[in-house]
Amino acid sequence: MSIFKDFAKGLWKENPVFVMILGMCPTLAVTTNAINGFSMASATMFVLVSSSLVVSVLKRLIPNQVRIAVYTVIIATFVTVADYFLKAKFPPISKALGPYVPLIVVNCIILGRAEAFASKNSVIRSLADAVGMGLGFMLALVILGSVRELFASGAVFGRTIIPHWHSWVVMILPAGAFISLGILVGIFNLIRLKAKNEKRKVKN
Amino acid sequence: MKNAIRMILVLVVVGLISGGALVSVYNYASPLIEKNKEKELKDALNKVLPEVVDYKEIEANRLYEGRGKRNRLVGYAFIAEGNGYQGKIKIIAGIDPGLKELKGIEVLESSETPGLGAEITKEPFKSQFRGLSVVPDVTFTKGAVSEKNEIQAITGATISTRSVVKILNKEIARIREVLGR
Repeated sequence: MSIFKDFAKGLWKENPVFVMILGMCPTLAVTTNAINGFSMASATMFVLVSSSLVVSVLKRLIPNQVRIAVYTVIIATFVTVADYFLKAKFPPISKALGPYVPLIVVNCIILGRAEAFASKNSVIRSLADAVGMGLGFMLALVILGSVRELFASGAVFGRTIIPHWHSWVVMILPAGAFISLGILVGIFNLIRLKAKNEKRKVKN
Repeated sequence: MKNAIRMILVLVVVGLISGGALVSVYNYASPLIEKNKEKELKDALNKVLPEVVDYKEIEANRLYEGRGKRNRLVGYAFIAEGNGYQGKIKIIAGIDPGLKELKGIEVLESSETPGLGAEITKEPFKSQFRGLSVVPDVTFTKGAVSEKNEIQAITGATISTRSVVKILNKEIARIREVLGR
């Protein structure tokens, strides 16, 4: 049961974006539309799952004093692999994400999970944790990307939802990212608080 | 002492394995990346000089002469680059044989902000250059376009717009010298 808990916490209770407010740089920067958010989150998830796996396998071999350096090398390796792969197989996506793929190296979700979870737990639990966190990150980026794309162009994933929408240019500008993220974090917290209060009521 | 040696050993081994893995990934990916780039260049050449059947290289990776049917000169295509907002912008553009009017541009490489400066790679911006007069130099405006040599800047990306215009003007001036016009 605990493996499922390790997996599920990343989606909701400890969602990296909406609850822990981690990895804000790609969250704010690439979510101008839903597809970019999805591709970015997929690349991040690949790096997160692979590096969590390797770190949890090697955790006993890595001396404590140099662990961050070793984690960084491992993460950077997978980021470079992801970058080359996108450039070779999906050049349009690679072009759209531009410098943000190499910047996955500094995404604090990845180093955070390696340090806080993978270095202390079994391989299977680390994998569950990484997949959950990766999907949580993807959920957040796709929601944010969809909201911004919808208000900016009346479409989601490139498909028109509201015809003849009067584009709100602010939504593709950085300000739109902050506004949408703020409102989404607020809504998320509101739902969480309500769920918590209801649980308490049931208990009483 | 023992611990120090272990630290060094682990770092060296991890570094070596990582390096080795990257070499094999690079060997797999780099021919594909090259192929993508080549295909992109060919497609771009066809887009900026639509009537062209054959090309002749005047300067490698910089200036091409486009020949249409019956070997008629239909224009030149040139590749130019300069600094954008965040990094290098590389453009390919087609120009008429008299070097008076652009036939179209394509952005080959750019790392402008997605959603803002990256709009230079999209149609509404690029189509402004089709038939744009380059005598006198190309300029841009934030309002409505009123001149034959003027384009409209992208909202929120004036710097990227200015970079594109600057790159074009500089390279066109250079080509005039190279071709002796």
